[in-house]
Amino acid sequence: MRGMIPTFKKQGGRVAYVHTDSTGPRQVCCQLYLSKRYTSSGRLFVQELISVDHLTCRHGAVEALSDISFHVTPGDYLGIVGPNGSGKSTLVRALLGLMPVYQGKISLFGQLRDSFSAWERLGYLPQNLGPLNPAFPATVFEVVQLGLLAGKTLPRRLCRHDRKQVQDVLELLGIDHLQRRMIGELSGGQQQRAMLARALVNNPELLIMDEPTAALDPDIRDRFYELVAQMNKSKGTTVLLVTHDTGTIGQYASRMLYLDKKVLFFGSFDEFCHSSEMSAFFGEHSQHLICHRH
Amino acid sequence: MTISDLFSYGFMQRALLAGVLIGVLCAVLGVFLVLRRLSLIGDGLAHITFGSVALALFAGLQGAAMLLVSLPVVLLASLGILKLAGKARLGGDAAIGIVSSVGVSLGVLLAVMGRGYGVDLFSYLFGSILAISQAELLVAGGLFVTVLALLWFYYNDLVSLTFNEELATVSGISVRFLNGLLAALTALTVVLAMKLVGVMLISALLILPASAALQVARGFRMTVVLSVLFSLVAVVGGIVISFLLNLPSGATIILLAFLIFCVGYLFRQLQTVKNKS
Repeated sequence: MRGMIPTFKKQGGRVAYVHTDSTGPRQVCCQLYLSKRYTSSGRLFVQELISVDHLTCRHGAVEALSDISFHVTPGDYLGIVGPNGSGKSTLVRALLGLMPVYQGKISLFGQLRDSFSAWERLGYLPQNLGPLNPAFPATVFEVVQLGLLAGKTLPRRLCRHDRKQVQDVLELLGIDHLQRRMIGELSGGQQQRAMLARALVNNPELLIMDEPTAALDPDIRDRFYELVAQMNKSKGTTVLLVTHDTGTIGQYASRMLYLDKKVLFFGSFDEFCHSSEMSAFFGEHSQHLICHRH
Repeated sequence: MTISDLFSYGFMQRALLAGVLIGVLCAVLGVFLVLRRLSLIGDGLAHITFGSVALALFAGLQGAAMLLVSLPVVLLASLGILKLAGKARLGGDAAIGIVSSVGVSLGVLLAVMGRGYGVDLFSYLFGSILAISQAELLVAGGLFVTVLALLWFYYNDLVSLTFNEELATVSGISVRFLNGLLAALTALTVVLAMKLVGVMLISALLILPASAALQVARGFRMTVVLSVLFSLVAVVGGIVISFLLNLPSGATIILLAFLIFCVGYLFRQLQTVKNKS
């Protein structure tokens, strides 16, 4: 929360969210209409979307993360960086409940992780589709549709409106022509775009991505990050991105978390640029990072 | 004898009805098991079923009453496999291997101890669908409705789980519960299917129609529909052929299912060649 002064203004059914940090004020118009989850005062927008307090995780006897604390607020674009084996992916997995917490506390949208249930507010794009069975007999449309199950109660049936939502997100990502193709027959880049569509189909408030562009061509990668940045700016989608791509971090991240099993730096991007941690991590690439920013 | 004469026999009507019920369940469950690479759980549970049948015969039970022993034993075994795989640092295949070998050992031991029921046990090893009784058919109907209702209720959850466990978890789907449910439904289906094709061939009925459907289907829903269709063709065709030619029904059903798989495989190869050219 350091250096951030969020303010809210009602505009009809919408909430205009003015996000101010050390890079200056940015007006973010949240696309979400006021509903039971959002009071007219906009109180829920000031809560921390992610709150991690003194988190420790272990792989067997080995400590993978030690005493990690940080917070993510609405509208943030948080870049998580660190050397290989520094615990970046472990952190993401712990956030999502995919690995146990040894010590500490994780809250998502103000709820403790273990009791968190509003999964439709969160989109997740994993590092790769390693566990995906290439023989899985689903079309791109069917795979993207699976992302909508998060917002449904059992027996989680899908309706006509859901199909429209899938169609919209496929068009947004420019892959509507692939909708009848089998997911296993696509190239790695096309599969990753389908998975991004799956992550975005619920129009999530928080998008968590772990090295999402490893399989993408440079052109598609740039378009991918442009789209995410556009969502961050226009819709107020909060982004948490784990990447080694210094250009992307420099260009888009508003806040940085530098990790090496423990937090070495957490703060705004500008603070990070002038910190000793940046030189330590990026070395000769540090100017490259700053260039991308400007 | 005409085909209509064939269907006028009461035992044949019961056999066909039971075959259809079991064929549908095996076909739907098979799609999830094959895609999750859990096909062998059917084989493992079938071996446990052999042990449970021997136990029931040893206890003096016959016909539908045997299910009173088989159902709880196989259900417990299915959960035991999951527990072993999760807690004992074993892979799923090793857990299935352990539980199934214990089942067979138990069956053999009990078969030797109670020498008077060798023929009965043999009929469960290789199936005797034409000898299915009214009571057994009623139990099969009840189990069919239960399993199918649960599959319908959790269908989308199971599809999501089958696609990717991690993404299913992040969709708020309880992966642990669904894995248990899938194992339990498989256990119920295996117990149900032992009379149709016998414990030795049950896993084939779970694997072959689903595998054939995976060769030709384009979409998950189509895979499930085709799997059911192929299974019904194999089961009904197999029962009729076995009766007309005086062949064992279980083996005939499985060989017919294999033939359908071969046709599906050839179709896929032809499609691949066509697409390349």
